[in-house]
Amino acid sequence: MRHTIAVLVENEFGVLSRVAGLFSGRGFNIESLCVAETTDPGVSRMTIVTAGNDQIIEQILKQLNKLVPVLKVIDFTGTETVDRELVLVKVNADGDGKAEVLRLVDIFRAKIVDVAPRCYTIEMTGGEGKVSAFLQMLRPIGIKEIVRTGKVAISRGT
Amino acid sequence: MQMNGAEILVKALADLGVDVVFGYPGGAVLNIYDALFGNTKVRHMLCRHEQGAVHMADGYARASGRTGVCLVTSGPGATNTVTGLATAYMDSIPIVVFTGQVPTLLIGNDAFQEADIVGISRPCTKHNYLVKDTKDLARIVREAFYIASTGRPGPVLGDIPKDVLISTAEYNLPKEVRLRGYHPNYEGHPRQVESAMRLLLSKERPVIYAGGGIILSNASEELAELARLLSVPVTTTLMGMGAFPGNDPLFLGMLGMHGTYTANMAISHADLILALGARFDDRVTGKIDEFAPHAKIIHVDIDPTSIQKNVPVDIPIVGDLKDVLRKMIRLVKGKKDAAAYRGKCSAWRQQLSTWSKTHPLTYKESKGKIKPQFVVERIREVTGGKAIIATEVGQNQMWAAQFYTYDKPRTFLSSGGLGTMGYGLPAAIGAQVAMPGTLVVDIAGDGSIQMNIQELATAVQYRVPVKVVILNNGSLGMVRQWQELFFQGKYSQTCLPHIPDFVKLAEAYGAKGFRATKVDEVAAVLKKGFAAEGPVLIDIVVDPAEMVYPMVPAGAPLTKMLLV
Ligand SMILES: Cc1ncc(C[n+]2csc(CCOP(=O)(O)OP(=O)(O)O)c2C)c(N)n1
Repeated sequence: MRHTIAVLVENEFGVLSRVAGLFSGRGFNIESLCVAETTDPGVSRMTIVTAGNDQIIEQILKQLNKLVPVLKVIDFTGTETVDRELVLVKVNADGDGKAEVLRLVDIFRAKIVDVAPRCYTIEMTGGEGKVSAFLQMLRPIGIKEIVRTGKVAISRGT
Repeated sequence: MQMNGAEILVKALADLGVDVVFGYPGGAVLNIYDALFGNTKVRHMLCRHEQGAVHMADGYARASGRTGVCLVTSGPGATNTVTGLATAYMDSIPIVVFTGQVPTLLIGNDAFQEADIVGISRPCTKHNYLVKDTKDLARIVREAFYIASTGRPGPVLGDIPKDVLISTAEYNLPKEVRLRGYHPNYEGHPRQVESAMRLLLSKERPVIYAGGGIILSNASEELAELARLLSVPVTTTLMGMGAFPGNDPLFLGMLGMHGTYTANMAISHADLILALGARFDDRVTGKIDEFAPHAKIIHVDIDPTSIQKNVPVDIPIVGDLKDVLRKMIRLVKGKKDAAAYRGKCSAWRQQLSTWSKTHPLTYKESKGKIKPQFVVERIREVTGGKAIIATEVGQNQMWAAQFYTYDKPRTFLSSGGLGTMGYGLPAAIGAQVAMPGTLVVDIAGDGSIQMNIQELATAVQYRVPVKVVILNNGSLGMVRQWQELFFQGKYSQTCLPHIPDFVKLAEAYGAKGFRATKVDEVAAVLKKGFAAEGPVLIDIVVDPAEMVYPMVPAGAPLTKMLLV
């Protein structure tokens, strides 16, 4: 099963490779990983998406907790969360395609952030499903390049 | 007071009570060696190889319970410590290794003698540091010792760039360590402990399966008390040798691949296993799906990651064994149900003792040939069982575990998790340095001893009177054994030609050498060798065809043992 895990860590050099190394060294899989500083500049927050059976997930959580610079580990599974991904996508924009791109951008509440004579660069945020659906719709028009962040997540309510 | 980084390091070591550092100098650590010069508190012992230095620190730690310390230079010095770090990591041994590093400005530039040792050692240390500022050095040294020795112990590495050693800062060794993300949990949850005892008392075929954790947490007395209160039989892992008195009637011997028939049958027929500071290593469980098929499992460990890793556990308890065992004892001590329980399990103990009688650890004499097991038995006799035994890896290690009786913790030092050939001699030297009054013996193979034999020079230089007994079978015995059993006797690269004359080699190093080639020479040679002053190497030419039995073939269940 897929799990989204938030890891609060000391904001010191080498922590990212400690966490990533834990996954690779033990044969666990990372689907995506996002890191940035929190409101406390001494603390960074990682959102990791991983998959595995219950026993593997239990090991992942315990092993993460065991790392000295790890302050807190939260598994979001079974809790209410808001999660988002950001995607930047460059698509063909000539002829008929142009109008179709504009229509999709409107429907998906995306944003055109760069315009060139024959292509647009679009920014879109949303849950994983929405991002994928958007890309699906753009595909026939001709996607030139995609960059996707992977998921960030936060719990709902207080 | 302002000091340079090197002086800060040495003063911090002294203030933390470090009496000896095992090391090897080089360009990046010149300043530390300068600061050590003439220091009367912190003694430095010059090894002949950095791997030797780490194993010495490790042997020192295992024998004494104190943290072992090691100091080496950057690049090749640092990379030479990796095997020693991995060895200590697998067996949870508290050591702190300091490596020199090229100046901060050169890091990442492929500078002369640069290696990313923080990156290289990350998977085989409990934690590691790159010290970036002299101001942080004292704090990091303090933290390193704290992390190494608390919770589940392990090796910590501190990498110190040359400029950090040269720059100055105020000496400020923190009294306390405050790490937001590190809080080992020592206290077992009382309700979990209660349910564990309730479960235990409801069963009638219990076994205690004790590992190295008992030794690390100094909980041997508590283990013995609980086992005796309830008359529960005890088996230990290789790492747990000495955790429970080997001469106690409740002791079943070691379990696992080369464990006793009784211990393996006990596990396979038990209805309850109380696992204490052991991690269900594959050398212990055999085929995992058929491990302890009838048993409920209670697992106590200070490290939550050890629990539920290899086998499903019915009652997990995270905590220090000393604390948990004390709680367990309190629940049964002087209680009527403890006495009743001893009665209830008597049929089980009867069964175990029948197994022990029908299938004892044994070997076949063969005329004119010295059996390695016989040598280990004589070592036991000659030392009166009072020695600290270090081992190398291979058959020698297994015979040392099977045929010597360990009555006390910290008397059996062996690379259990990593299985590092070349561990024994330096570990024995480290142990001897920690325990100067005790006889320390390295039981060795002719292959393994050649991996760090240069440390004989260290022993000679510092008059460390370790005794090495080589069970010389002219081959890489344990690998040869596998080839015999599973590869139709094709001894590919396991016969060792050009074995040096170990007696002459010992003498060349300035140590004493003895040899036995006949059965009736063995006891006398051991006696003479152990009585001789200073480091001694005793070469005993043993039956080259001898095998270690019982043996559970890799991947087979524990009940499928090959017997003598
Ligand atoms: C550094 C290292 N290399 C290789 C091995 C694989 N290995 C395990 S036992 C063994 C043979 C050991 O031979 P020896 O030291 O002569 O001991 P014996 O088994 O003959 O007692 C080998 C090569 C190892 N454990 N460690």
